Amino acid sequence: MNGRRMLTTAGRVLAQLRHDPRSIALMLVAPSLLVGLFAWLFSDQEGVFDRFGGAILALFPFIVMFLITSITTLRERRSGTLERLMTTPLEKADFILGYALAFGVMALLQAVITVSFAVGVCGLDVEGPLWQLGLVAIVDALLGTALGLLASAFAQTEFQAVQFMPLLVFPQIILGGLFMPRDQMPDVLYAISDWLPLSYAIDTINAVTAGEEGWDVFGPLLIVVAFAVGALVLASLTLRRRTR
Amino acid sequence: MMNNSAVDITRLRVDRGGTRVFDGVDLTIPRGQITGLLGPSGCGKTTLMRAIVGVQKISAGEVTVLGQPGGSRQLRHRVAYGTQGAAVYGDLSVRQNLAYFAALLKAPKADVDRVIAEVGLGPQAGQLVDSLSGGQASRVSLAMALIGSPELVVLDEPTVGLDPVLRVELWELFRGLADRGVTMLVSSHVMDEALRCDRLLLLREGRIIADTTPAALLDDTGTADPEAAFLALIERDRAAERPEDGPTRRSRRETRGHGGQR
Repeated sequence: MNGRRMLTTAGRVLAQLRHDPRSIALMLVAPSLLVGLFAWLFSDQEGVFDRFGGAILALFPFIVMFLITSITTLRERRSGTLERLMTTPLEKADFILGYALAFGVMALLQAVITVSFAVGVCGLDVEGPLWQLGLVAIVDALLGTALGLLASAFAQTEFQAVQFMPLLVFPQIILGGLFMPRDQMPDVLYAISDWLPLSYAIDTINAVTAGEEGWDVFGPLLIVVAFAVGALVLASLTLRRRTR
Repeated sequence: MMNNSAVDITRLRVDRGGTRVFDGVDLTIPRGQITGLLGPSGCGKTTLMRAIVGVQKISAGEVTVLGQPGGSRQLRHRVAYGTQGAAVYGDLSVRQNLAYFAALLKAPKADVDRVIAEVGLGPQAGQLVDSLSGGQASRVSLAMALIGSPELVVLDEPTVGLDPVLRVELWELFRGLADRGVTMLVSSHVMDEALRCDRLLLLREGRIIADTTPAALLDDTGTADPEAAFLALIERDRAAERPEDGPTRRSRRETRGHGGQR
């Protein structure tokens, strides 16, 4: 690993993004709009937004970063630039962490805007400190980036990459505890949800909004981090210098 | 012999997509010269180049580049690869593309301006690659391969889609690099470019059918222009494949290559 090459790569990814202001706007503003829609929908029902609003914050960074990462890295594989990079001194870890860092920065901005909007404008009631909410959003975004990198290895076209989203993401949303508390699910589904990273992200968010502290917050968050690291390691294994 | 050659390939076997592209290719590329790699499309030029720069999985055989196993870590500063087509970032400017590769190679900052001038893209340096013409984009791709101070430059069809004036300029650039001791391996299917090389490798269906010089090629085939010479060699090779024509030098060489594999 080489820190400078990793930073250079992150800078290059951000420079590419800078030439695409519409994507930046979508990335930063779209989650707030959807949170706002959600708040509006439940505006007449006391306490409902407070119960679900937080969990929504866990979803957006994950979904958005998953899509962006899987498509940009797939583009890199298909355009020949990845093959070219593989003939340079750039290490695979520099490449993957460069991407994770660049999108992590975007995730940070997205989290600040979305959490501020949810709390300041929509009146989301959060018992715990707000920075913890932001931290969960960033870790979620990194998880999305990591899974997106992994998914791009198994997709041959952009079309396939987009199709991976419902396959990998929807089951996690359905079983993550947003629609039904996890402990009320049928036993088999509860057991499955224990193996899905997003379940722990939603657990963390619920712990923060309920004002819990210490291990109740950071325990599940560490599990999400472990999943993200695992996905990054797997993704780096799928990256090959030599191909057929 | 080993020390004087930039690339040494012995009994290279490569399989791609269920077909055997190479079955026992032996090849030596001398240092400090321009070697032209010619052949009909689909004959294995790109695969051979990918094997040399170390991004092609090989089934058997050895590829030694600048005295080290092809694709090894130490070679990544010393070997540059210009892919076929423009493998560049369309959503970055010309300068940003080159600056990124310069940073990866730890090349001096001045290199970016040098290569921009060398490929004649000065006026477009600040433009996004997506807004350039196809020929300009492929020059960006070529410029990337010239960054740093590589000892071996492998260029896959670098002059495709370029106008004649620019082609001449680029070949003068390649000549200048070779004069400085850089080994150039350049593939092309524009046959008059063959005359600008020091050595020529003719590839057909995964076999080297001629390893020669431009003068010897013309002499050997009794033709005046390289295109006719090339067609003559292909025809000769095709004829040698038919057993009733009796064993020629080339078919014997091919048999020996197969024998070595088994």
